Amino acid sequence: MEFFLQLMVSGLVIGSIYALVGLGFVIIYKSSSILNFAQGEFLMLGAYVCVAIVGTHKVPFVAAFLLTLVFSALLGVLVERVLLRPMIGEPVISVIMLTLGLSSVLKAVVQGIWGTDTRPYPEIFPTTPVMIGPLPVSQGYLYSMASVVVLLTLFSVFFKYSRAGIAMRATAFSQQVALSMGISVKAIFALAWSIAAVVSAVGGVLLGGIRGGVDGAFALFGLKVIPVVILGGLDSVLGAIVGGLVMGVLENLSGGYLDPLVGGGVKEVAPFIALVAILAVKPYGLFGKVKIERV
Amino acid sequence: MRCGDFRETYAEDMALFETAFARRAMFAFLAAMMAVPWVASAFWLDVSLRVLIAVVAATGLNILTGFTGQISLGNAAFLAVGAYSTAYLAGHWNLPFPLVIPAAGLITALVGMIFGVPSLRLKGLYLAVATLAAHFVIEFVASHWDSVTGGVNGISIPAAKMGPLVLASDRQLYFLALPVAAGLLLFARNLFRTKVGKAFVAIRDQDISSEVMGVNVFRYKLLSFAVSSFYVGVAGSLLAYQARIISPENFPISVAIDQLGMIIIGGLGSLLGSVFGAVFITLLPELLRLVTGALSTTFPELTTLFASVKMGVFGLAIVLFLIFEPDGMAARWHHIKNYWKLYPFSY
Repeated sequence: MEFFLQLMVSGLVIGSIYALVGLGFVIIYKSSSILNFAQGEFLMLGAYVCVAIVGTHKVPFVAAFLLTLVFSALLGVLVERVLLRPMIGEPVISVIMLTLGLSSVLKAVVQGIWGTDTRPYPEIFPTTPVMIGPLPVSQGYLYSMASVVVLLTLFSVFFKYSRAGIAMRATAFSQQVALSMGISVKAIFALAWSIAAVVSAVGGVLLGGIRGGVDGAFALFGLKVIPVVILGGLDSVLGAIVGGLVMGVLENLSGGYLDPLVGGGVKEVAPFIALVAILAVKPYGLFGKVKIERV
Repeated sequence: MRCGDFRETYAEDMALFETAFARRAMFAFLAAMMAVPWVASAFWLDVSLRVLIAVVAATGLNILTGFTGQISLGNAAFLAVGAYSTAYLAGHWNLPFPLVIPAAGLITALVGMIFGVPSLRLKGLYLAVATLAAHFVIEFVASHWDSVTGGVNGISIPAAKMGPLVLASDRQLYFLALPVAAGLLLFARNLFRTKVGKAFVAIRDQDISSEVMGVNVFRYKLLSFAVSSFYVGVAGSLLAYQARIISPENFPISVAIDQLGMIIIGGLGSLLGSVFGAVFITLLPELLRLVTGALSTTFPELTTLFASVKMGVFGLAIVLFLIFEPDGMAARWHHIKNYWKLYPFSY
């Protein structure tokens, strides 16, 4: 039972980071119908930039974290403006390939600057575990859960009430309608990319704090988030949150219980097996909008 | 004097080669390629063998993605299926290579068709995601089905042989790979002169309309998966014969991305494009290696950075091609060719 609870807790924590990165995915897909395969690299880059600012310039962690967010927001705008803008109207495959190309450029930049060794993270969270009932839970888990909840709430409020958020929803609904209402669709795309980069960077920093270090494997998060957003529905913010938590728990439980039986690796493949099943049964996910196609 | 690219008869439109000169040039080119093993060093022979294998794989992917419009990220996994089939058929059953290579292709075609079934309901992004899942599932099987694949430790493959004939070295394998690649390219060229090929293209351009026009979309999509995977399986088989030892590490997702890069840079929906792209992407790291080797005396840190430079240049090449030449090298080639052919009246 305790093993089960442990798996659940760590699954929920990883799942909440999935939800955060999935949110970035969904925001980009919703506004511009692009599946961003470089999301994992945004996460990795955010984690590296933060640790670099803390390490080399002796800046307190909070300031470094804020600087990382600013950097990510600028990166998102830059990527949209320079790379994605010329791709408007190009076939899906070209846009997918562009984000894949971008991901290898970003990976190369990170490797070129920081090398391939694991870089230790500063101790962001206190190390003593907290007892919840009988279960010892590390404080890092609690902090990251809490910050994810806060961020997701903030974004829900942003989409529901703020002017920019409403404009984003209008653009997602119909770009033509948004244009005729005086919304700058280009500005919305740029905003979407910078939000996606920022939430991924937050996910990266949290993950670095939990794992105590950052390395190239962080980029794999971008691929692992794909089952999450497919489960939730590619254009649903709520779906990304639910999907993230479900997938985090699913991979941890299947890894914990099935790994001893087949000899490892289940954790990596389980979300993708689930993905095949979801695509076969409900391709638009739990909360996704079903597309009706006309000639 | 010619001032345009006109075709006046159906026979002209269907011809394999536009002019007699083009046909002669092609035969001359093939003859020149046959001479490569006598002039190339061991290193360049290895590279040219890998180019040939990449040409076969990229042609397969182009049939599926470029001509039928079904995006596949599962190519590395299909390559693995072909390679492991070869390891099993040649290793356990001791079959000669003229049987092993087509059999590996057929097994891969079958696996490809299984993973093509979701294309009944999915398209575009969703299909890409489904094939991505196929990649991870096949990778998992490859690293856990120890009795067939040798697990994470890998498996070794005997040299390609038929009776007394043994093709062990790169030079000997080259004479196998070149006709195979040329033959498969010719087959693909002919495929797109037939009803089947036209159906593929119709599905790419508008699947609902082609269904209305009487094309059985699901059947032809599956057929496209099968043909494409057959090519990739053959490429995997040749790869296994060259590498002689394979493990799941030979087939990471980046291989699938490389191959997508080949057809993007070469030109989607163009056989010539798959050849250009395969040559470009395979040669790119080797040329970079030469350049960094030459510069390493002045910039010694370059050698340690080589892996990231390679990755960065690859990504940059794809990004730049997509932005500045989205139709690929094949389109550029046609522009240049037409410019010279129609000079000075290129209207």
